[in-house]
Amino acid sequence: MKKIIGSIGVLVLVIIVAIGTLTTKSSEETILDKLKNKYSEKHIASVDHSKFAELQKKFNSPREVTAECITCHNKRHEEVMHSNHWNWEREEYIEGRGIVSIGKKNIMNNFCIGTQGNEKSCAKCHIGYGMDEKGKSFTDANNIDCLVCHDNTETYAKAPNQGGAPLETLDFNKIAQNVGKPERTNCGVCHFFGGGGDNVKHGDLSSDMFYPNRDIDVHMDADGMDLQCVECHATNQHTIAGKMYSLSSMNHNRVFCEDCHTSTPHEKEILNEHTLKVACQTCHIPTYAKGKSTKMAWDWSTAGKLKNGEPYHEEDSLGNHTYLSIKGSFKWENNVKPEYQWFNGTASHYLEGDKIEDTTKSLVMNELHGSYSDSESKIIPVKVHRAIQPFDPENKILIQPKLYSDNKGEGAFWQDFNWETASIEGMKDSELPFSGKISFIKTEMNWPVNHQVSPAENSVQCAECHTRENSRLAELKDFYMPGRDYSKIVDYIGIWNIILSLVGIALHGSLRFYAARKLKNGVHKND
Amino acid sequence: MTKKVYVYKSFERFWHWMQAILIIFLGFTGFEIHGSYSFFGFEEAVMYHNIAAYLFIILIVFAIFWHFTTGEWKQYIPTYKNIVAQVHYYFSGIFKNAPHPTKKTVLRKLNPMQKLTYFGLKILVIPLSVTSGLLYMLYRYPQRHEIKFLNIDSLEIIAIVHTVAAFFLVSFLIVHLYLITTGETITTNLKAMLTGYEELEHDDAEVLKLKENK
Repeated sequence: MKKIIGSIGVLVLVIIVAIGTLTTKSSEETILDKLKNKYSEKHIASVDHSKFAELQKKFNSPREVTAECITCHNKRHEEVMHSNHWNWEREEYIEGRGIVSIGKKNIMNNFCIGTQGNEKSCAKCHIGYGMDEKGKSFTDANNIDCLVCHDNTETYAKAPNQGGAPLETLDFNKIAQNVGKPERTNCGVCHFFGGGGDNVKHGDLSSDMFYPNRDIDVHMDADGMDLQCVECHATNQHTIAGKMYSLSSMNHNRVFCEDCHTSTPHEKEILNEHTLKVACQTCHIPTYAKGKSTKMAWDWSTAGKLKNGEPYHEEDSLGNHTYLSIKGSFKWENNVKPEYQWFNGTASHYLEGDKIEDTTKSLVMNELHGSYSDSESKIIPVKVHRAIQPFDPENKILIQPKLYSDNKGEGAFWQDFNWETASIEGMKDSELPFSGKISFIKTEMNWPVNHQVSPAENSVQCAECHTRENSRLAELKDFYMPGRDYSKIVDYIGIWNIILSLVGIALHGSLRFYAARKLKNGVHKND
Repeated sequence: MTKKVYVYKSFERFWHWMQAILIIFLGFTGFEIHGSYSFFGFEEAVMYHNIAAYLFIILIVFAIFWHFTTGEWKQYIPTYKNIVAQVHYYFSGIFKNAPHPTKKTVLRKLNPMQKLTYFGLKILVIPLSVTSGLLYMLYRYPQRHEIKFLNIDSLEIIAIVHTVAAFFLVSFLIVHLYLITTGETITTNLKAMLTGYEELEHDDAEVLKLKENK
């Protein structure tokens, strides 16, 4: 009988394990297979621009090229001039503010702070030419820089501090004859170097992404599916899908993993259920800045130190600047575990001139909205960039300093290293009040992490979040998560209850044993 | 005069031992999910726990059916009669080799303390555990899952109730395993639950009653 029950027991456990193992296998063609088929067909250009007579004549300036583009593509410039890439601003609804026009023009950040007064330098990443101190260039169609996005020779390059103009040494005929669909290099020259250097801003967009390997980015793996940026950031009439919450606030025109992979891509149902509350990126991007380091902290308050009257810089062992006289001190990191936040697709921003309510706290430059109780929210991975930057303690507003100018003596910080004149000039350009007092405040900026997706086998494992110690989601305290959370009182009482039960039976058992022996001895004596 | 009597029917024994295996396994995987230790790994622990939970529910359905069709459920109706004597026995009589105060018969397998405990298990702890467990499985994402009318907006209360029930069961198990040894001899009760047979004192009235039932 014992044997039968023993074998039934073993059988039951075997059944449990077998059901668990067998139900996770599947052999149908998956969505992933279909996607692989779709993206293995590479784009073939429909025309060869080198055959066009219009592009054979000698081009002396990039504006001449643009004019020639428009003769054939005679409506495209209108699309471009409606785009965010051109205007650096867009109309967005922000809760509590109404409809506001926001963008690089009036949003401040905690890297180089803002574009106002620094347009000539910032325009290196504008898709136009001839931007001047007042930010002009937005009305002339011949100022559109078609080539920066459409050059397929990989030779096109913008000149520094020239209001968006390219290097003068370029062969514009060769470039014009070799235009096509934008490739990673076209997007990357700006987006991989935001904030003034490789991978400074995003953390998940670095020069490693020009030709990444599988470990860095499973989609863009140059030896794998080799996806280009525009394959996810699909473009319709020069409006590009997907956007960054450093600059935008509304829940529209987003790009989701689910658009291709569906919201139930896993074989295991329990993982599919997670997609209601957890964004794909949360598990599938375990770390960012996998190759090049990214800037995690920026302290403007130390900027301006000189050696022998000259600005200088310091580097760490990887060649990252840890100090620059023009910018201050930095912290860099590699293979960074993201922080995690609830996000419903809307954000609010600190705009130029906004009063800071509490100057003792860290100011969040772009607050991501969301919570557990909000059904639209999911947990997303975020790079949080922390800075210390100048603000006016009397007016309680962030200072937009003038950083760049061509010459010394114009008040620009990068020439004169004087916070006061830089602030006076910068605030004048921004048409903001300035009390003359300068202080420094801690700020935080949230950069949702969406790129550098790892191969499935490297994704975040269950127990990295569902654990009491060092859970990745330790900071998200507004919900109960199995494995991480428990009631201390229940555990305390429960464990003591177990201990007392054990002590109780041990006592009772030994008393019984002792009593039985005594009785036995007693019987013997009576004999 | 004692006689070997068939006390525990085959289904009853099957149910008892299956329940024992499942509860121990559920407890083991459950406390891993709870974060108390790591053995299978979180993902596997969850998977096995859920499968065992469904098997347990199926077993309970069969057990309920059996209890009602056989009338065995009446064994569990709690009574205060003799309960003081029973408590007195465990705290005093048992050390003096005194006889069990409640005579065990086929129609009265349980002493008053057992009746009370098992009644509590059946009516309170197991239903609490199963209900909270089902809610745990089905209500993982309250905002969008079907059971909206319950309007519970956090897993917390469900999880805590489930944990409380689990702690109860662990303590029960410990004491239960010990009390097995308090039969006529140390192994009497265990043997009875394994084979179904136990030496019981002959009760003419009951034999008559059983014959009538036939």
